[in-house]
Amino acid sequence: MLKLTGVNKDLRGFCIKDISFTVEDGDYFILLGPSGAGKSILLETIAGLLRSDSGTIELGGREITKLPIQQRKVGLVFQDHAIFPHMKVRKNLAYAQHGLPHEEIKNKIAGLSSKLGIEDLLERYPSSLSGGELQRVALARTMIQEPEILLLDEPLSSMDSQLKTEIRALLRQIHRAGQTIMHVTHDYEEALSLGNRIAVMDHGSILQSGTPDEVFHHPRNGFVAHFIGIRNFIPARIIMYGGLPFAETPGGMKIRLGSVQENLKGFVMIRGEDIVLSAAALDSSASNVFEGKVEEIIATPNGFDICVNAGEKLHALITGISRNKLGIKEGIQIWLNFKATAVKFIEE
Amino acid sequence: MKRQTLQWVFSLLGAIILLFILAPVLGLLFSSSPLKLFETAKDPEVKNSILLTLGTSMGGTLLFALAAVPFSWILARYSFPLKKLVTAIIDLPVVIPHSAAGIAVLGFLSRDTWLGKASSAAGFNFVGHPAGIMIAMAFVSLPYLINAARDGFISVPERLEKAALTLGASPVRVFFTISLPLAWKNILSGLILMFARGMSEFGAVVIIAYHPMITPVLIYERFTSFGLKYAQPVSVIFILVVLVFFMMIRLLLSSSKKN
Repeated sequence: MLKLTGVNKDLRGFCIKDISFTVEDGDYFILLGPSGAGKSILLETIAGLLRSDSGTIELGGREITKLPIQQRKVGLVFQDHAIFPHMKVRKNLAYAQHGLPHEEIKNKIAGLSSKLGIEDLLERYPSSLSGGELQRVALARTMIQEPEILLLDEPLSSMDSQLKTEIRALLRQIHRAGQTIMHVTHDYEEALSLGNRIAVMDHGSILQSGTPDEVFHHPRNGFVAHFIGIRNFIPARIIMYGGLPFAETPGGMKIRLGSVQENLKGFVMIRGEDIVLSAAALDSSASNVFEGKVEEIIATPNGFDICVNAGEKLHALITGISRNKLGIKEGIQIWLNFKATAVKFIEE
Repeated sequence: MKRQTLQWVFSLLGAIILLFILAPVLGLLFSSSPLKLFETAKDPEVKNSILLTLGTSMGGTLLFALAAVPFSWILARYSFPLKKLVTAIIDLPVVIPHSAAGIAVLGFLSRDTWLGKASSAAGFNFVGHPAGIMIAMAFVSLPYLINAARDGFISVPERLEKAALTLGASPVRVFFTISLPLAWKNILSGLILMFARGMSEFGAVVIIAYHPMITPVLIYERFTSFGLKYAQPVSVIFILVVLVFFMMIRLLLSSSKKN
């Protein structure tokens, strides 16, 4: 178990403030945040490359806040692998095994390299390896120390999508074998596909942490929501109108939603997939029907994200076929339809 | 002017510069008959001076490298108050006239200074001693090593050192297994530069030690006592020795680069 309590570190402009969280044994913990949020400083502080200004770090029941790096049992894999270019892969892997009997090192390297599929690379120099091979070597070099926790700094950045899939599968395999992992990324899809715990970080602070379900379905504020890819996350106040609850937004929209107490303040959240676009007002079970102007059309991997201003800017996700059928262009008027049950209210 | 014409003019200027360097050297090389050169090469005074020059310069370079290389690492990795001043101090020997540098070093090493007294007590005197020559050579040539080594360490990504630390290596082990090998090419060329610069030093050395005679001093002595004709063969032999040495080191360096 890795436990941080009130950790602070100020580093010429970059800092982390009052960081507290716990990574349980066997967790795949994702630290999600934009670049400059302080993620790398946090990793380096846990690894011991930086000394925290205050707060405590515990790992496996021991306090490691002031321990030297080599006694921490923390394995850090750098973003660009940091493989030693003047040593063959075998020597890179043996680096952390300094002082152990030769035979033992050889066996450890053999075991781990077959697990990570790098047996054929052992006698090669790093300059002849591909990005994916370097990543495997970097993982092996760190894992050979049998760290209590594996810290990964953006392990999938600057990889093409095929390689990403391959390395993700490898990381899952390592995690399933019982390795506790803390993985830093700015990509929420990566977070969703790998993590069983997520913390969102910005400006040196942890904004929210929990299971992916908790974070993705109950984002605590606008930053978290936008960062995890939720486009329709609008501040609102609950009012009663004809005995029914509505969420009133600053832009004057009154959005019908399921039963909620009056006068609550918070946010409404609507998935872009749940909004139906139509050329005219629909007569349907959707109790929210608004007219608005198309402001922006953004291509996405699965179709288009249509941004419609109906008092608030709402994003609807549609396919290319639907876009063509409705003849959607920037500037045209269009109708938004969504059910009250598709509207989620998150209390502030 | 057309781009191509410009290229021609600049190339011509380059050729003039090359000729300017090569003409005197080639002229010198062909100034003495092979027989004369052979005789000079056998002259014990010449032989001893060349050995002394190579030895003191090599010795000074290696001795001072023990402190200069770690110091360069500090300069590459850390910022500290007055760092700019420190860097300027390191470059100082390059801009001081070398005879003045010799006077400065002499003032530091002569018999009535504490260092001079200490060495007298130990039974030798820096002035007129190979140790004094080494110090004079190192004084004027150290900046070349420090600057080259510092650039070498700067070119080693710091995260490789960090990675080694997280793999449990002590800072000393990181220095010897990561920083030093990766900066080695720069350090080696710094060592060569320092060695070469020290070997060719005349001004500072002649003030500390006229005897024993290093080759540049011997050449000067033969010139002032006997004239140009007597100074030429020694110069040729010294240049040849130096060239052979550099070719060997360059070859070593380029073969180590390939690995």
